Amino acid sequence: MAGFLLRRLVNYVVLALVATFLAFTLASATFDPIGVLQQRNPPPPAASIEAKKRDLHLDQPIPQRFVTWMGGVVQGDFGRTIADRPITDELGRRIGVSLRLFLIGITIGILFGVLLGVVSAIRQYKFSDYFATLFSFILLSTPVFVLGTLLKMGAQGINDSIGTNVLIFVGETTPGFQGNWFEHLGDRLQHLVVPTLTIALGQIAYYSRYQRSSMLDVLGSDFLRTAQAKGLTRRKALFKHGLRTALIPMATLFAFGFGLLVVGGTFTERIFGWFGMGDWLVTGISAQDTNITATVTLFVAVCVLFSGWLADVLYAALDPRIRVN
Amino acid sequence: MTVILNEGDSAGTTGAASGSPVDAAPEPGKAMTRGRLVLIRFMRNKLALVGLVLILGMYLMAFVGPLLSKWSYDTQDYTAFLEPPYSEHIFGTDKIGTDMFALTMRGLQKSLIIGLLVALISTTVAAIVGAAAGYFLGVADKALMWVVDLLLVLPSFLIIAILSPWFRGKSWFLLVLMLAAFQWMITARIVRGMTLTLKEREFVKAAKFMGQPARKIIAKHIVPNMASLLIIDATINVGSAVLAETGLSYFGFGVQSPDVSLGTLIGLNAESATTFPWLFLFPAGFLVVFVLAVNWVGDGLRDALDPTSTRVRRKEKKDTKEKAAS
Amino acid sequence: MTTSEIQFDTPADPVVEGPVLQVEDLHVSFPSEAGRVRAVRGLSYHVSPGEVLGIVGESGSGKSVSSLAVMGLLPNSARITGSIKFQGRELIGQSDTELSRIRGRRISMVFQDPLSALTPVYTVGDQIAEAILVHRKVSKSAANKRAIELLDLVGIPNAAERAKAFPHEFSGGMRQRAVIAMAIANDPDLIIADEPTTALDVTVQAQVLQLLETAQEVTGAGIVIITHDLGVVAGFADRLMVMYAGRAVEKGKVDDIYQQPRMPYTLGLLGSIPRLDVSEKQALVPIKGQPPSLTDLPPGCPFAPRCPMVVDACHTAEPPLVDVDGSLEHAAACIRTNEIAATDAEGAEAAVEIFGAEVADEPEVAKIPREQRDVVLGLDELVKEYPVNKGVVFKRRVGTVHAVAGISFDVREGETLGLVGESGCGKTTTLMEILNLQKPQSGEISVLGTKSSEVDAKRRFAIRRDMSVVFQDPMASLDPRLTIHDCIAEPMQVHGYSKADINRRVPELMSLVGLRPEQLSRYPGEFSGGQRQRIGIARALALEPKLVVLDEPVSALDVSIQAGVINLLEELKSKLGLAYLFVAHDLSVVRHIADRVAVMYLGKIIEIGEVDSVFDAPRHPYTQALLSAIPIPDPVKERQRERIILTGDLPSPANPPSGCRFRTRCFLHAQLPPEKQRTCIEVEPPREVQAPDHEAACHFAQVRQVL
Repeated sequence: MAGFLLRRLVNYVVLALVATFLAFTLASATFDPIGVLQQRNPPPPAASIEAKKRDLHLDQPIPQRFVTWMGGVVQGDFGRTIADRPITDELGRRIGVSLRLFLIGITIGILFGVLLGVVSAIRQYKFSDYFATLFSFILLSTPVFVLGTLLKMGAQGINDSIGTNVLIFVGETTPGFQGNWFEHLGDRLQHLVVPTLTIALGQIAYYSRYQRSSMLDVLGSDFLRTAQAKGLTRRKALFKHGLRTALIPMATLFAFGFGLLVVGGTFTERIFGWFGMGDWLVTGISAQDTNITATVTLFVAVCVLFSGWLADVLYAALDPRIRVN
Repeated sequence: MTVILNEGDSAGTTGAASGSPVDAAPEPGKAMTRGRLVLIRFMRNKLALVGLVLILGMYLMAFVGPLLSKWSYDTQDYTAFLEPPYSEHIFGTDKIGTDMFALTMRGLQKSLIIGLLVALISTTVAAIVGAAAGYFLGVADKALMWVVDLLLVLPSFLIIAILSPWFRGKSWFLLVLMLAAFQWMITARIVRGMTLTLKEREFVKAAKFMGQPARKIIAKHIVPNMASLLIIDATINVGSAVLAETGLSYFGFGVQSPDVSLGTLIGLNAESATTFPWLFLFPAGFLVVFVLAVNWVGDGLRDALDPTSTRVRRKEKKDTKEKAAS
Repeated sequence: MTTSEIQFDTPADPVVEGPVLQVEDLHVSFPSEAGRVRAVRGLSYHVSPGEVLGIVGESGSGKSVSSLAVMGLLPNSARITGSIKFQGRELIGQSDTELSRIRGRRISMVFQDPLSALTPVYTVGDQIAEAILVHRKVSKSAANKRAIELLDLVGIPNAAERAKAFPHEFSGGMRQRAVIAMAIANDPDLIIADEPTTALDVTVQAQVLQLLETAQEVTGAGIVIITHDLGVVAGFADRLMVMYAGRAVEKGKVDDIYQQPRMPYTLGLLGSIPRLDVSEKQALVPIKGQPPSLTDLPPGCPFAPRCPMVVDACHTAEPPLVDVDGSLEHAAACIRTNEIAATDAEGAEAAVEIFGAEVADEPEVAKIPREQRDVVLGLDELVKEYPVNKGVVFKRRVGTVHAVAGISFDVREGETLGLVGESGCGKTTTLMEILNLQKPQSGEISVLGTKSSEVDAKRRFAIRRDMSVVFQDPMASLDPRLTIHDCIAEPMQVHGYSKADINRRVPELMSLVGLRPEQLSRYPGEFSGGQRQRIGIARALALEPKLVVLDEPVSALDVSIQAGVINLLEELKSKLGLAYLFVAHDLSVVRHIADRVAVMYLGKIIEIGEVDSVFDAPRHPYTQALLSAIPIPDPVKERQRERIILTGDLPSPANPPSGCRFRTRCFLHAQLPPEKQRTCIEVEPPREVQAPDHEAACHFAQVRQVL
């Protein structure tokens, strides 16, 4: 079992490397940072352009550039931006900002998603099921950038009706905020609510749909009937035997859900002015900055793969049939 | 790690007409044709019907609507800047006086066309590649599985965004190809999974043992038996393609000016949504309603085409199992 | 082992006087797309303490639904009326909580499919202990201890160890034992067993049936056993109830029903079963048509459309269940019971008389001595092995599954060879090797004298004309997207027949298999299982093959339909001079249809020969066990039979025993002195001639009659 998880981990590390290499290559091949530079007004002198080319290793073939960059990454140096600032300076803070958003969002999403899905399945074709279905359908059809903006409008409405800014939707903290630890926490929370909701709602909808269908599959199963035949009430059989088994396929969804989350996070960060990794990606691509793009890709790959690996672990923990192999 | 795993292995091909939980044998002479049955099931699903009407209405509106309006997306009304909706401009105007209705319709056109094309291309590619990979297995199959794995790590959004400087200023059709190029893999993997099950079905074996060549088996037996899945998937893919396109366009990585799509309109106006809501709400509303309608239709089609997922069938499935075992 | 505090009651203390279960006028219906399905329509029966009631019926007869109604396990959409009294207490209308106190404690149930009956995520021991903990206030460790005792009682070796295993680590037979352990855990007063052996192999079926008898002895419970197999209940049940279209059509003492059936349906059922114990060619009774739809039944007897004795009066009103032959215990629902009683013949013979079944003629070619006929299919030391791989990234071979370990046989023109064996014996692998026509890993396959190892693609394609296949599952063997015409035409299209030829031949083929050519434009979904199997046969005959390979062609069909298909196959063989390779697990069917039989065990043929010789004088202990495990639909014979119960499960083909592969489960081996046992362990027994056209592979082969 441990061997299996170790092999998966190695597999994931390889995948992450390949993904980063691919992103680095694509970015290097399509980006034209010198072109961006030359369009400046007034155009920079030819000598400084030449220097920039050297700095960015544009004179080297792309694989070699990747090796150089990766060599730095291994030592904790992610290279410099076009504006010549070390990426490592900003990296830690941005990762912190993104992870806070993601982790809270996904936790709420899974908890409520599973709950909603189970209720929906048990009460199939009743009002609560129809309502939950409609709710998740609408949410799944609403892109994050629309949902975020709508929530922003809603928060504005709430603030207006209360007469004070309870829900703050710009930035992740008030710049220059003064106060003790507790007041800081309060300030962060005020900033956190709306963006987290933006992330969590989509996740709830996503997980609830799959939980519902996986639960429905289990509802018709023979072993649930056996459990009732030995004297468990339907409710007890549903939770002890049904839900436990219906959770198994959910583990595999986890990794995929995380991929969606990262893309959704990019929009959320942009909409609410959080300077996280997603925001950085958009900035990086707009500035045609290969190093930023590659760094964010590596972060995304590591996140998705870690969640994939976590999904494997969960799967093995939930399903004894996997455990033996 | 495919997300729609549970749909992947349901073959969805049994055409038995009887729907009773205890009597799986159809009555001779009274059997409905499959087409009729599908239609009846679909028509019974109210939301799917509403969705269908909405989709057709939107396509109609996107292409006919602009002809009926006196405003064009590329002319400005210099007497109305940032006006909320009123009789002259039913969706209001933007800050340079462009009619929001004309603009929204223009964006809708582009988004709908892109969605349709991407879905068609990607589903076709998925059917061919998935069926071939599943039937022949081997290297092609390994490559497909690996690419899908890679895509989970490297979201297609990210790749297209990285590539966006390259197709900037070129035809929007390039974007269609890009979107299609990254959308077929997951469907292909589901198709592959179904091919693996179908391959073990006795009618496919029978064809093989009578000497039918593999190419023909795929064309005659495998792909037609996945028609339900492909139709459902193509439908859902229209929605996903529109979402992908608008997402990219929102950041300026997708449709580029002078073309407009719902995504570029939303991206441009999201900032001012709290102050000038009509700039945002109309394009966003059309987007959400369209995708929702597509999902409803997809869901309705799944219920109608894939008999194992409807309410009566779920019970019946249990009983056919009993019958098969006895 | 110390005995735990939880014990069975002594069997002889009836809790309540009167029947344990009394069902009166039970009706159950479900909503469906086609209308309300009336699955059970006015069913009444009772079970006395310690009594075994058999309920027999085909799929859709309402037998399972009625027992689920007793358990209160029907879905909410079911509408249930009537009365179900358990020990005098009404169960209909009770809440789930109230019923849950009775379920598992007083009434327990054993289900059909043991593979899915246990929750995959909990250990077997925990699931049995749970059954105790739900109903009794005992400590967890006491319940666990009891669970181990119960596993031991149902015959699971190393019970303490195995209790910690998960269901997927148990074989099907062991899981069914675990389910039975769960069912008897609380010493119930009634056990309902719903097709408890249907999904199991015959030798395992014999084990489970014996276990059910033990369970009844231990608990003293009344038992309701539901089955479609008249053989299973013959020796076990005290009374029988035959169900058709949601109603009881005949009930009475087991002996009465088997010997003097008074309802044509019962008669037909008895006549349609091929008998293992009959050597002369027996005429099988086909029941025409198929069970009615339960959504809108016409007035009158529901069996009338299929009944050979139907008269106009049958269509006016549904006949009630009335006592027959002046007996209070035997009742039948037919208006012509007296006329049936008037026939002299008994049981199945009466059926042949009334239904008018005939024995098909011998084919012309069969008159030529076997040695002079052409070999249509020959297998010589065929071997098929699969590698067992481990590892995700780098696969490495850790073992070999010896699926087929060197088998030889031949099929000659105009004869039927039955290839039999239990699941995992390698018969399907053998079949696929033959059909694939590739060069075998070792050994040789030859079709009409052409060796598969020496043919090129073109020649292989040509051979396919002479050999066709009929599969087991009529639902899966026809492409649902093609019309019947296209299904039957496909082989001819592949082999380049002209359009005109095809259009002429397809209707011919339809008539040949007894279907109306007008139905050609329909889709497979519109046909019943039996009809689809006929279409599959028509397709197999399209190219006028010499050899038809039949893979369990009737095992997915209901008994009443099965007989028709068997008769058709015999008729076609006689008419067209075909040779059949008939793969089956049902030895009764094989005895009926085959000329020769080959018995497989763990990838080897252990006995082969002329069918009567093998069945009447089996030499190999496995054949003897297999034959003795098969129940015979005759209560008198069945009670007298001594059953050989095999111990344990089939060894893994990846690691077969040395020497004789059967020795680990062989009763003969167990009785041998040590020096003889060594022969079994060290030397693989060769196939030796035992009688004319009869070979067996056993060092100590001796005849033992088991029928």
